[in-house]
Amino acid sequence: MSPPLSTESDFDQAGPQLRTRAEGLASVLPPLLAEAEHLASTVMFGAHGRRRSGVGDEFWQYRPMTETDEVRMIDWRRSARSDVHFVREKEWQSAQSVVIWVDGSRSMAFSGDKNRPTKSDRARLLALAMSVLLVRAGERVGLSNLGQLPRSGQVQLVRMAEALTGDLGDDDYGMPQTPGLPQHARALFVSDFMGDMEGVEAALAKAADRGVRGALLQVLDPVEESFPFDGRTIFESMGGTISHETLKAGELRDRYLQRLAERKDRLEHLSRVSGWLYQCHHTSDSAQAALLWLYAALERSR
Amino acid sequence: MWTIGALGFTAPLLLLGLLALPILWVLLRAVPPAPIRRRFPGVALLLGLTDDETQTDRTPWWLLLLRMLAAAAVIIAFAGPVLNPQTNRAGSGPVLILVDATWADARDWPRRLDRIEGLLADAARTDRPVALVASTDLPPGDLPFQAPGAWESRLPGFSPEPWMPEPDELTEWADGLEGAFETWWLSDGLAREARAPVLAALEDRGAVTVFESPRPLHGLRPATFEDGLVQVTALRARSEGASEVTISAMGLDPAGIERRLAQADAEFANGEREARAELSLPPELRNRITRFEVDGGRSAGAVTLTDDSLRRREVALLAGRENREGLELLSPLHYLEQALAPTADLIDGALSDVLLANPDAIILADIATVSPAEQEGLLEWVESGGLLVRFAGPRIASSDVSRGEIDSLMPVRLRQGGRSVGGAMSWGEPKTLAPFEEGSPFHGLDVPQDVTVQAQVMAQPDPELAERSIAKLADGTPLVTRRGIGQGQVILFHVTANAEWSSLPLSGLFVQMLERLAISTRPAQPSADDLEGTVWEAAAVLDAFGRVQDAGTLPGVEGSRLAQGRLGPDMPPGLYEGEDRSIAVNVLGPDDTLALAAWPARIPVEGLDVARETLLKGYVLALALALLAADILASLFLSGRLRGMRAGGTAAALAAALLLHPAPADAQEGLTDEERFALEVTNEVVLAHVVTGDAQVDGVALAGLRGLSETLFRRTSIEPADPIGVNLETDELAFFPFLYWPISTDQPIPSDEAYAKLNEYLRTGGMILFDTRDADIGGFGAETPEGRKLQQLARPLDVPPLEPVPQDHVLTRTFYLLQDFPGRHTSRDVWVEAAPPDAEQVEGMPFRNLNDNVTPVVIGGNDWGTAWAVDERGQAMFPVGRGYAGERQREIAYRFGVNLIMHVLTGNYKSDQVHVPALLERLGQ
Repeated sequence: MSPPLSTESDFDQAGPQLRTRAEGLASVLPPLLAEAEHLASTVMFGAHGRRRSGVGDEFWQYRPMTETDEVRMIDWRRSARSDVHFVREKEWQSAQSVVIWVDGSRSMAFSGDKNRPTKSDRARLLALAMSVLLVRAGERVGLSNLGQLPRSGQVQLVRMAEALTGDLGDDDYGMPQTPGLPQHARALFVSDFMGDMEGVEAALAKAADRGVRGALLQVLDPVEESFPFDGRTIFESMGGTISHETLKAGELRDRYLQRLAERKDRLEHLSRVSGWLYQCHHTSDSAQAALLWLYAALERSR
Repeated sequence: MWTIGALGFTAPLLLLGLLALPILWVLLRAVPPAPIRRRFPGVALLLGLTDDETQTDRTPWWLLLLRMLAAAAVIIAFAGPVLNPQTNRAGSGPVLILVDATWADARDWPRRLDRIEGLLADAARTDRPVALVASTDLPPGDLPFQAPGAWESRLPGFSPEPWMPEPDELTEWADGLEGAFETWWLSDGLAREARAPVLAALEDRGAVTVFESPRPLHGLRPATFEDGLVQVTALRARSEGASEVTISAMGLDPAGIERRLAQADAEFANGEREARAELSLPPELRNRITRFEVDGGRSAGAVTLTDDSLRRREVALLAGRENREGLELLSPLHYLEQALAPTADLIDGALSDVLLANPDAIILADIATVSPAEQEGLLEWVESGGLLVRFAGPRIASSDVSRGEIDSLMPVRLRQGGRSVGGAMSWGEPKTLAPFEEGSPFHGLDVPQDVTVQAQVMAQPDPELAERSIAKLADGTPLVTRRGIGQGQVILFHVTANAEWSSLPLSGLFVQMLERLAISTRPAQPSADDLEGTVWEAAAVLDAFGRVQDAGTLPGVEGSRLAQGRLGPDMPPGLYEGEDRSIAVNVLGPDDTLALAAWPARIPVEGLDVARETLLKGYVLALALALLAADILASLFLSGRLRGMRAGGTAAALAAALLLHPAPADAQEGLTDEERFALEVTNEVVLAHVVTGDAQVDGVALAGLRGLSETLFRRTSIEPADPIGVNLETDELAFFPFLYWPISTDQPIPSDEAYAKLNEYLRTGGMILFDTRDADIGGFGAETPEGRKLQQLARPLDVPPLEPVPQDHVLTRTFYLLQDFPGRHTSRDVWVEAAPPDAEQVEGMPFRNLNDNVTPVVIGGNDWGTAWAVDERGQAMFPVGRGYAGERQREIAYRFGVNLIMHVLTGNYKSDQVHVPALLERLGQ
């Protein structure tokens, strides 16, 4: 055959395959939001009534008509079956505000294994997935970092996704920030809670003052749980501000684990006394389980 | 130099550094291993924790030991350790180094040279003058004592000789020595009669030390031929233990290259010094053997040259008639066979077969005529050196062969009939033989008186007859005549080969005559008498190492000297050639044996081994490096880094492996041409045309497809790559959705395999657009050459029934709405697969429900390729029609192309009734 077998360089240049390649690239574009949507789609959601009569779409109860009721409120269909006039009441449905705080400090950037997502990735994914669920349920969602009031709707999701794909901050450890926490809102704190507990306590106390309840999700890497180190080691925080030198890291394991357990107990205790819920999640585990727990936790506290 | 046993140190003071090791130990113990830095968020929890014990900051004892060993190795290495440091041979006064330098030395000559060098070095250290003497090359006069350095420069030219020293000469020389000197005698290890007197003479002058090699020494006696087997006897000097040697027969192969022709093993039994190997070889192979040698022998004694004694001539015997079965004594060949069988290899068979074997001699007993082809073959064979011997007989006597003029295969003209003497019906007595004249090959043979001739064929008297007859009867009539033809000769015995006509075959003279004619082989060794007065010239000589060398311009050797058999500078071993035969003179004769030299107990005998100085510095340093490398691993392990590195380590190992075996950088590399081709044409849609072999047509087709591809690229979502030409015979068709086949009358009919491929292609969804390019002259029913060619080409193709494109064919609406399919021509006749007969039009629908398939062929003659063709810059190559209407026609041609490719790629998509409303709207209905 004579002819113009295209040479190898043809495969490199933006030739006829540009369209194909561009499509391939575009198909993976909105990763975080898509992933979050995908994760959220595994959780069934429904209408969440206030368990009391009020303004809403769902039927709540029929009650006999009282004097204060207007005539137009009578449900004639129900009333026709008896001698009393009934009024049809709907369940009170109102949108809830949920404020989510995702730890954006450097310590969240840790991953004990190249194949595992960092803690921050997992935390952000869970937060966004939860937001997706909440928005679908008609709730208002907001990030405490954004400094805006919780809003509902798809646009808010995009805004949150944008905020959550940004870089991590410079601090070594994060402290829950709840500048505009509305009264009786719900809150979700996602962090590794490795830093100072004072900040967490303060935030919880402030939230309790405002009647806010919510959930604490501690995201830990399995390495942080097992402490598989040995030999002479200088441990440094992710930002490099704190360091600790040991001659035999293996000796420290038990005491480290003990301290970690204490820290978890304290979180558990704190959350219990302030009416919150606490859960520890490991990045090696499935994100779905954590999402389910979050869903149940916010459901309960809502 | 300071030595411990076999170990010495060049800088022993450095060893004091070993004393510093304990200090190093303490120092190393005090320094903890370097820490690892780890990023770890959990550090917040670690703050305030202290280590329980401080023990772990010490390096473990075994790591310390490793480092100590490394340090010690470095110290020892730089102290310059030397294995076997050379010690001097003490003594003073001049030294005679006597080297036997016979063939027995040749095998380990380099070691001997090393030893001599060592001895010279020893003498040089103590400033002793040295005389280096080879017993085979004795210096005249006094011993040439010189400085050892002077000898050392001459050593490379010092070589052994392939003979033994003359005993008397050697003894005389030793007795004639004067002065006091020490003797270092490098013996070849063989027992010789001159040893004892020489040793006694040397001991008179000073101490004698003997150096001998313990290596086994082998020799070969000349090969003999007995009972159809070649027998070779191997000798060895040492009799203890059983051993085995391999004897190879070397010779030229038919291509003239020397190679090993055969080999045999000779096994020495314990206590035996001789072992015999027997080789059974076909004559052709046996005649090629030029020498036997012991494998690995590498000395002249381990080689024995062969001469004529091993060579056996191949003689072909053919008789005219073999009809007298059972009467063996009357067979024309019986006496010949009896005479030749012991000394020659006999061949029988048809003449044409025999000629192929190229025998040394062919004997025709009473064969008058041979076929012309055989005659020609025989003549050729004779001219190239063959010896043709003919015997007369009744047939020759009664035939016309060589009557009027001489036959090309006869030595003389013959008279008709022949004659009979001494019979019952004749007057004369049976004739006897006359003595052989000088110049005849038979000269010197005794003529027994009882040999009589009763009948013979007579030679015509000719001028050359006298010189051609080599044997005559007593009355002068020729009995044997000879004529040279080319390099060969024809010999005629004027009598029969059996005893019918004469008693010659019954006598011993017959055998001798055959022998003289070199028909049979001579007895092995000529006697001294035979050799007297002859001169022999060396054709090849052996050197001491057993290598066959060209003799060059060595002077001739007299027969008497040859008979003496003693080798020397004037007669080295080799192959000597005389007038008509060759004699091999070998180092070992048939009766020679080998034995070890026996030395008196008072003489110290040393081996040849030179203990070499070995500098150990490099090895010890390497050991230190290895220890340090181990230390790195151990340190990593201790500090916990090895674990983390496991993944990285494997990655590093992989990287190293990749460095060693670089993976193809480009995935394209490592593909075969077929795979590359397949990738090229399947990554993108590629339009293709069939290569017709007509360069003009192919060029236009390619340009046309280029234009169509560009149009498709611009207007549709089909983005084809550059089109290519496809060779039906060699290229895979399955990659192409569409083939454009312009019909050229010159195209050869594709092969059966190509048709099989084409049918497979059509059956599996491919489409071929046949273009006869003749639409304006070839109408329906009219025939054109291209049309006929198309019929011819398409006959073996699996083409379904065809019909002209119907109005509602999907081709009319796959992309553009078309009713005409013009190319350069505007014929309406375009044929596609016929619609199924049951296709019917549904009420209210403009199109029928047509077949689902893509039509496998589209046949037309509108020369679309020309209309589509564009050059490299995208300009139309050929004009179509006239003016604007022509451009419109070209546009419609492109549209047809677009529709066609759309049809190929999308099938009957547009046939789908779903699109009908939209289409109706477009059609304005």
